[in-house]
Amino acid sequence: MSAAVPESSESRTWPAEGLARVPYWIYQDEGVYAREQERIYRGATWNFVGLEAEVPDAGDFKTSFVGEMPVVVTRDEKGALNCFENRCAHRGALLCLKDRGSAKEIACVYHNWTYDLRGNLTGVAFRRGIKGQGGMPEDARPESQAPRKLRVTVFCGLVFATLSEATPPFETYVGAEVAARIRRVMKQPVRVLGGYSQMLPSNWKLYFENVKDTYHASLLHLFFSTFRLNRLEQKGGVIVGGDGGSHVSFTMMNTDSSGDEYEKAGMRSVSGGYRLEAPQMLESVDEFGDGVTLQILTVFPGFVLQQIMNCLAVRQVLPKGLGRTELVWTGFGYASDDGKMAERRMKQANLVGPSGYISLEDGAATGFVQRGVQGAAAHASVVEMGGRSAESSESRVTETSVRGLWQQYRRHMDL
Amino acid sequence: MTRVDVELQLAIENLLARYVHALDDDRLEEWPEFFVEDGRYRITTAENFERKLPLPIIYADSRAMLRDRVSALRHANIYEAQRYRHGVSSVLVERVDARTAQATSNFQVVRIMASGESMLFASGRYLDRIRLSGETPQFEERVVVLDSRSIDTLLAIPL
Repeated sequence: MSAAVPESSESRTWPAEGLARVPYWIYQDEGVYAREQERIYRGATWNFVGLEAEVPDAGDFKTSFVGEMPVVVTRDEKGALNCFENRCAHRGALLCLKDRGSAKEIACVYHNWTYDLRGNLTGVAFRRGIKGQGGMPEDARPESQAPRKLRVTVFCGLVFATLSEATPPFETYVGAEVAARIRRVMKQPVRVLGGYSQMLPSNWKLYFENVKDTYHASLLHLFFSTFRLNRLEQKGGVIVGGDGGSHVSFTMMNTDSSGDEYEKAGMRSVSGGYRLEAPQMLESVDEFGDGVTLQILTVFPGFVLQQIMNCLAVRQVLPKGLGRTELVWTGFGYASDDGKMAERRMKQANLVGPSGYISLEDGAATGFVQRGVQGAAAHASVVEMGGRSAESSESRVTETSVRGLWQQYRRHMDL
Repeated sequence: MTRVDVELQLAIENLLARYVHALDDDRLEEWPEFFVEDGRYRITTAENFERKLPLPIIYADSRAMLRDRVSALRHANIYEAQRYRHGVSSVLVERVDARTAQATSNFQVVRIMASGESMLFASGRYLDRIRLSGETPQFEERVVVLDSRSIDTLLAIPL
């Protein structure tokens, strides 16, 4: 027999350069992945689990995930939102099998143990046996293995949950500026327009970095640049919030479409005279009254709020294994939308999602990194655009919010 | 016994076959020509469809918008080389009036990456409204209803 081989002989120490380097083993190590589940998702973080509008009435429920842990989100008889582990106290089976629905109580299909809408165990089938035969001992305490209840916070119609008592209040967690930018988009009651999901062939952090990476937006996504929707010379900024892992980037369109920095640099993203035959798709109205045409906002560890013109969506980033991530998109409008606005949102939906003119590349690009670094665990990516720290920035030629992610990540992971 | 309008059935099946061959042969520029000038095309999921939720994955309400999609795929969007192979079956055709028919069919799409990796990429239904008055039948509306809510990586080439 050969001697046991350690999982890896390579160092698992963060590079000395700090936030300016991201070691590739961070996307490849099973031990790191397991520690993330414990310290991040089941730790002191706010995890997005849905929109309040998805469970509008008493008895409504939906299922979701906090990291890999399955959860149920309910609205109880009193109208309060609850989130608890989707796991029966008895043998651990899923309690809710459906994505969504409405119920008075929740029963496990396996042995019909029942729960109320707050996740309390209310019934154990044949607990006292039948005719004095069988049943559980008097002193049995099945409640001791009850599904864990998560603390819930509802911020402007967004529902977040945490298992930890130590997670700070939501506004403190994301910072005042990020909170204000959430209020800006979630300014009135929303209407869910639908959803879909995208399975990405990469580690969850590669996607979360991608969303925070304002530097790539106009270089990878040619559609934007050609139509001067998001050239980095336009006015905008990046705000890093909370402990670093939450951010907002925003762009004011039409403030400057005369620059030629891209042409001078000979970049691929302005090649040729590509024009739309039906540019009506991009006709938008300034429904926020501030000239911001694009705002991308994240909350650590897996929430994205997107306003691209009149195309609004939330995205939930869910780890599904070391090299696999599910991106759950939910498109929304406002309850007050008229027919014209509804049609506008439908047309602009072409911009995002797995077929999105300005987003389809992201699914592939994160996979290119996952594949590209297969033999390079001991190497690291270079994250030095805009410096080496994680402060807010007026320029979007920066990776400051990517560094912010790693700042918060490392604190949780003690790396 | 249900009477089948054989001529209409064959004309529609021929349209569906020519459509998928154009896509599978990478003749994307021909794709908009299968639609009338103000034809509508929409990809959605069965879940959205059943819940009557409007969010599309792709949506166009004119041939011009379809041509924009093709030109973006050719000149703007970045994705790895890939091809589809469509199977279309169980075509049900119903005449609406002298110049219009409706059709429902099933599809399965295998996606073949340049690396050789093949996978069952999509399955679902085509719900079509077809104009019969022109030289050849054309789609007034084609709704692509995906069975699954989940798309692997990205959906670039249309279905």
